Amino acid sequence: MNSRENLRAVIVDDEELARQLLHEYLWEAGGVDVVAECGDGFAAVKAIGELKPDLIFLDVQMPKLDGFEVLELIEPFSPAAPAPSVIFVTAYDQYAMRAFEANAVDYLLKPFRLDRFKKALDRVRERIRLAGTQPPAGPSPTDLAAAARPPGQPVERIVVRDGSKVHIIPVAKLDYVEAQDDYAALHSEQKSYLKQQTIASLETQLDPQRFVRIHRSYIVNLERIARIEPYSKDSRVTVLRDGTQLPVSRSGYARLKALLGENV
Amino acid sequence: MHPLFRNRKWFAAYLGLWVALAAALAALLHLPGALAWNEALALAGPLCLFFAFVCLTPWYMCRQLPLASAGVAEMVSYHLGAAVLATALWVGLARIVASAMTMGVRLDPEIPQLITVGILLYLLSVALHYMALAAEESRQAALDAREAELRALKAQINPHFLFNCLNSITALTTSDPGRAREMCIRLADFLRSTLGLGERSSVAWHEELDLAQAYLDVEQVRFGSRLQVEVLVDEACADCLVPPLVLQPLIENAVKHGIATMVDGGTIQVHSRVLDGWLEVSVENGFDPDSPSSRRNGLGLRNVRTRLERRFGPSARLAAGARENRYRAEFTVPCRRSE
Repeated sequence: MNSRENLRAVIVDDEELARQLLHEYLWEAGGVDVVAECGDGFAAVKAIGELKPDLIFLDVQMPKLDGFEVLELIEPFSPAAPAPSVIFVTAYDQYAMRAFEANAVDYLLKPFRLDRFKKALDRVRERIRLAGTQPPAGPSPTDLAAAARPPGQPVERIVVRDGSKVHIIPVAKLDYVEAQDDYAALHSEQKSYLKQQTIASLETQLDPQRFVRIHRSYIVNLERIARIEPYSKDSRVTVLRDGTQLPVSRSGYARLKALLGENV
Repeated sequence: MHPLFRNRKWFAAYLGLWVALAAALAALLHLPGALAWNEALALAGPLCLFFAFVCLTPWYMCRQLPLASAGVAEMVSYHLGAAVLATALWVGLARIVASAMTMGVRLDPEIPQLITVGILLYLLSVALHYMALAAEESRQAALDAREAELRALKAQINPHFLFNCLNSITALTTSDPGRAREMCIRLADFLRSTLGLGERSSVAWHEELDLAQAYLDVEQVRFGSRLQVEVLVDEACADCLVPPLVLQPLIENAVKHGIATMVDGGTIQVHSRVLDGWLEVSVENGFDPDSPSSRRNGLGLRNVRTRLERRFGPSARLAAGARENRYRAEFTVPCRRSE
């Protein structure tokens, strides 16, 4: 077989035997080259960023980052480098819904047969063939992965990629979020991290009891608020403990009042 | 509230018993001859009605002073004190009723009998309460045992464990059939050792260790060199009796929230010894605080704590916590060697 037509795949699983099995099935099925094997989330983000594979086999529970966080951190795709197809491979069935919402091509439950595995590969090839005729559109993979969060279960940490480095920000250390076009600037401990995710999508991920959208462009951690001051006749500012001032819109003020009581 | 009040039938039966006791008491008061039948009955009626309620109070005290953990001196002094107090009230009431019905001094010769009967009835009630509590406890222990077996079953069908195991076997069948077979046997050993555990209220500590080892043997195949185990066990604790499946959940946590979070894995240290009649057990492991699954919901731990406390009372102690990137769970319970 012509290796130029072969799909390039990255295998991400923390168990060696699980990786070995995928290897063996891929060899049986043919037509796919494994370009990297990763045993944890960090290694996966790095390998996927550098190698731009066509296909990722992704476990969910892993050291460092889980499978969904890995997806969130994959670099934005351009027409020249389309999004890789993702096949989730896990022992759990409860992630299936989230996986498909995150735009996964298939979801393999461990253990699985070779013909089931081949079907998954067929689906990948079908998707890649279609992608050639109709350019992908819609939300970014980050927003998709964010949307795949189970509802009513706020995130405990936010992952941000900075070049080849991955930052993990526990939400307790997040001071406020500032919208910057399609990006969100996350401010934590006097530092700022830029993430390609809309502020609206981020707002749905955060615990509404702890984080409030005080303005079209700002989400603030309630625990950081020192006081709220009038700014002009019709507007106010929030002063954070570290002195930072953030504008509060009228609807933002209503939301604050609802959470903190009338005396804000 | 006393459980008798919750069941109308039982409460009626209890009052019926006191009607019979009242008749007996009346006979006791009448027979010496100083009191007429009607006088004896008029006296015994209110007295027994009063004591029917007094004899329910040991329920509260018996729960505070469980047979298993309270000292003998403590128990004797509290219950005897309560018996004397209750009897004083009962004799006092008898005198009030007697004088109200103009029996007056004719009651006096009967007072020693009244005191004896009062104290005996009260102490009998204490004994019956202890019996009822013991029966309730063994019913609870049977429930616990069933729950333990359910949990054991759950551990077997835990997708995290069983499906991943089967996946490892799937991988090994072609690459290393010998290890595949070994894994099947280890898995069978673990499953077999969990079966039937629910029917037993206690297991010897060495059996508990064997079960945990069987579990670790299986996980060893999955995690390979990432999982290191160090077991340090003092021979003296081998026959201490514990409720089944109190160690395995701690080990499972150490694998799931510890070893599995670390790229290069780590060591699980299991230590146990007997010191001054107490069994001390600790499970310690490394973990990566930055990993998504290093978070625990504490369900397994809570379950172990509840079962230890039910068995050993408040003297059982279980503590767990993280220090930097080490997690340690430990418990201390009295080492009992026979049921």
